[in-house]
Amino acid sequence: MGTIVEESASPKKVNRVGLTQADYKGKPSTLCKGCGHDSISSQLIKAFYEYGVEPYKVAKLSGIGCSSKTPAYFLNRSHGFNAVHGRMPSVATGSILANRNLVAVGVSGDGDTASIGIGQFVHLLRRNLPIVYIVENNGVYGLTKGQFSATADLGSKLKTGVVNDLPAIDLCALGIELGATYVARSFAGDPKQVVALLKGAFAHNGTAVLDIISPCVTFNNHEGSTKSYTWGKENEEMLHDLDFIPFFEPIEVDYEEGQAMDVELHDGSHILLRKLGRDYDPRNRRVAIELLMEAREKQQFLTGLLFVDPDEKNFIDHLNLVDEPLATLPLERTRPKKAALDAIMESLK
Amino acid sequence: MSTETLEGEARPDVKPTLINDFSIQVATVNGSGSQSSNSVLMRSIFQMGVPVSGKNLFPSNIQGLPTWFTIRANKKGYIARRKEIDLLVAMNPATAREDVAALEPGSAVVYEESLGLSKLRSDLVTYPVPFAELAKEVVEDTRLRKLLANMIYVGVVGHLLSIDRQEIRTAIEKQFSGKAKAVGLNVKAVDVGFDYAAKHFQISDTMRVERMNKTAGKILIDGNAAAAIGSMFAGVTVVTWYPITPSSSLVEQLIDYLKEYRVDEATGKATFAVVQAEDELAAIGMVLGAGWAGARSMTSTSGPGISLMSEFVGLGYYAEIPAVVWNIQRVGPSTGLPTRTSQGDVLSCYQLSHGDTKHILLFPSSVAECFEHAATAFDLAERFQTPVFVMSDLDLGMNVWMSDPFPYPEKPIDRGKVLSAADLEKVGTFGRYRDVDGDGIPYRTLPGTNHPLAAYFTRGSGHTPEAEYSERATDYVSNLDRLARKYDTARTFVPAPVVDNEKTAEVGIIAYGTTDWAVQESRDQLREEADLKTSYLRVRALPFNADLAAFVARHRRVYVVEQNRDAQMLQLVRLELASRPELVGHVEKLRSVLHYSGLPIDARFVTEQILSQERAASKPR
Repeated sequence: MGTIVEESASPKKVNRVGLTQADYKGKPSTLCKGCGHDSISSQLIKAFYEYGVEPYKVAKLSGIGCSSKTPAYFLNRSHGFNAVHGRMPSVATGSILANRNLVAVGVSGDGDTASIGIGQFVHLLRRNLPIVYIVENNGVYGLTKGQFSATADLGSKLKTGVVNDLPAIDLCALGIELGATYVARSFAGDPKQVVALLKGAFAHNGTAVLDIISPCVTFNNHEGSTKSYTWGKENEEMLHDLDFIPFFEPIEVDYEEGQAMDVELHDGSHILLRKLGRDYDPRNRRVAIELLMEAREKQQFLTGLLFVDPDEKNFIDHLNLVDEPLATLPLERTRPKKAALDAIMESLK
Repeated sequence: MSTETLEGEARPDVKPTLINDFSIQVATVNGSGSQSSNSVLMRSIFQMGVPVSGKNLFPSNIQGLPTWFTIRANKKGYIARRKEIDLLVAMNPATAREDVAALEPGSAVVYEESLGLSKLRSDLVTYPVPFAELAKEVVEDTRLRKLLANMIYVGVVGHLLSIDRQEIRTAIEKQFSGKAKAVGLNVKAVDVGFDYAAKHFQISDTMRVERMNKTAGKILIDGNAAAAIGSMFAGVTVVTWYPITPSSSLVEQLIDYLKEYRVDEATGKATFAVVQAEDELAAIGMVLGAGWAGARSMTSTSGPGISLMSEFVGLGYYAEIPAVVWNIQRVGPSTGLPTRTSQGDVLSCYQLSHGDTKHILLFPSSVAECFEHAATAFDLAERFQTPVFVMSDLDLGMNVWMSDPFPYPEKPIDRGKVLSAADLEKVGTFGRYRDVDGDGIPYRTLPGTNHPLAAYFTRGSGHTPEAEYSERATDYVSNLDRLARKYDTARTFVPAPVVDNEKTAEVGIIAYGTTDWAVQESRDQLREEADLKTSYLRVRALPFNADLAAFVARHRRVYVVEQNRDAQMLQLVRLELASRPELVGHVEKLRSVLHYSGLPIDARFVTEQILSQERAASKPR
């Protein structure tokens, strides 16, 4: 005989690790109302929650700028590090070397990545460091009040009427060219796609670059801007419709032969790319670069998963590190025995 | 046997016989294999039980420019640089005339016969040797011949100085260990030199190596290798770097040792990560990222790298992140003299970054301290959660020094105030920048700690004790004051100065780092030659402890001897005294002895500088 314990009237909805979506929240944002970055923070909360990542395993990293403030606005239960301008990649690299089990999420902006930080960014790409690297790209310096950044499109206009006469740096093309193994472009005004791409990035085991056009409502949301909500909504052209199926869920999706592509990611999750206008296979670097070149010529705003290589070795693999975090290895594993020192000393006599 | 000591008029003044007390300088062209010859020569004297030191004066270039190597043998064990050369081996036509002109009368010169150097001066003992011709006897290959010509001089010098031929062979076997062909050729070259010299020259009547027993059990090692070994035994796990002279060899040697001793036997996997970064900014960024996540992480660099690291080091100080930075100092400013030595980064490292910053600095003076300070630096960095600089220099880092073997570190390491999940459960509260213990040192948690209280946000912007963003004046001031308190706490944790007080001495000397060796020798000279007794305080770290003020207080004149132009340590001593009203009166006792030519400081320079200032001080005003 036993008693039946009544469940609470309305059980809180929890994810696979027993946490509610509220457990993934951060501090209230101090960015301008309507900022694209806040929308991305919300999608991060949703994606982390739905994917069931344990917050204590996450390290949030950023540089300096409006975008770099945002790690304070999601995942309160994760360690965060707001570093120096343009140098988040090196700090992220160090922390991952120290603890390879961390899920590293870097948030940067177009100034932080494409100008002051481009040196560290390209070397991060080259190393294929396991990190989700998000560029909240608004084409403008917000925190210093509205100067052009290096991702501003040729011919786009500042609020003051100044026209940009230099070509934009395409961070996705750079990522594909230099070794990132998961490269996507999206739009803060397209939350569904952002969430799917984020989850895919969490499931990936290498450098995942997400270049998300994220309008600056204060300095770059006007007529003549190519990073405004209106421009994005009118011009976004999705490469495919994305479905993410996490490793812990069965794959039960129907699609007609030739109408979708199924890419299995490192942790056993799948990303399903449903065909829209064109046939596109994101597993080929050369094709991906060509696509971006073409998009530039035609001034298209293509979004979706541009490139993925789920099997490439990452930086940690190359370094052949022990499975445990280096940071907390016990002394007996990091200090060789006395015989080792004796042998070294003998060789110097 | 014929004697050819003279090719001029009168026989030069014969110096008193210098037994186990002389300097040999070898002038060659870099990239000519002379480094091997010099090590063999130095090592064979060492093997005969005579204390030696070697100084390599080399250009910032890979091949074809002049380089000089000086070997000092000294029975008393003095290992500072000595300016005076007793025997010159002139192998470089480009500098031979200048090299010969610089010699003191009575010195000896071994030289390539075709240079005709004996015509230049009549007051030298000259030993012309047809090296190029002799090399033909050793090997056919013309490229090898050039390299082996340098080994021939080892044989010639061996004969002149009565170095045991067998010891030279042993040294060659060590130098080329495992390469039988190279050993054979080099031994042959030495024999050719020995035989030629024996046939043509008497052994030197001014200099000689005689067996003694002052090197038994000792090791020969450069400071960078010692630092590398020390770092490995201190448990370093993350090493990031960008190549720069004179620090590269520290990490390169560390990589070799780590590969040998820090690969997990069971799995074949590394218990370390070494990354050659894209620049010094990235190198220090990675160190800070790793330190933040809990690793013992370090980088090694020199002046230009230090300048680039400035912004990040400020972040490390303010966000309170452990880091160990080896600064193998070279001559600045700017590119300066990249292959010359200096102590010119004391002030810049002390306050590296914008804003109010003060860093912990360690000053190793010996290879043994390079080893020891590695562990100390990591302990301090983790205890104080801050970047710590180890201020070596090119002289210490890249030259070979004699030392007792390094003792195995028995002390457990200090990982500082880190709260685990279990600790958090117990204490039930956590604020990253709270001064819980009143020593200015807060507690930290590592990313990846599985506890709801563990997370906090690290930032280089203003923050509260709870690590929340803050621009409030009171938060800023109290945080900055706590950091100052933390720095004060460090006074009693850093290595204390080494003090040798002479009871009746009016004169005190303060020095640090490699300047120590010249000061030790100079104190003997001052006592023996001028009857001047001195006390000595060797600074081993910043911040100072109370010993410094006490030392200055008990002497009438205090000379701060250092290798930079601007009396950088003296300025810090002055600041320290001036910060307290009861000490400010001592400031006027401070005097400077400054050596900043890029060459290592020598005892004679210190002695002359102190004596001339002492004479000026004793003149009635």
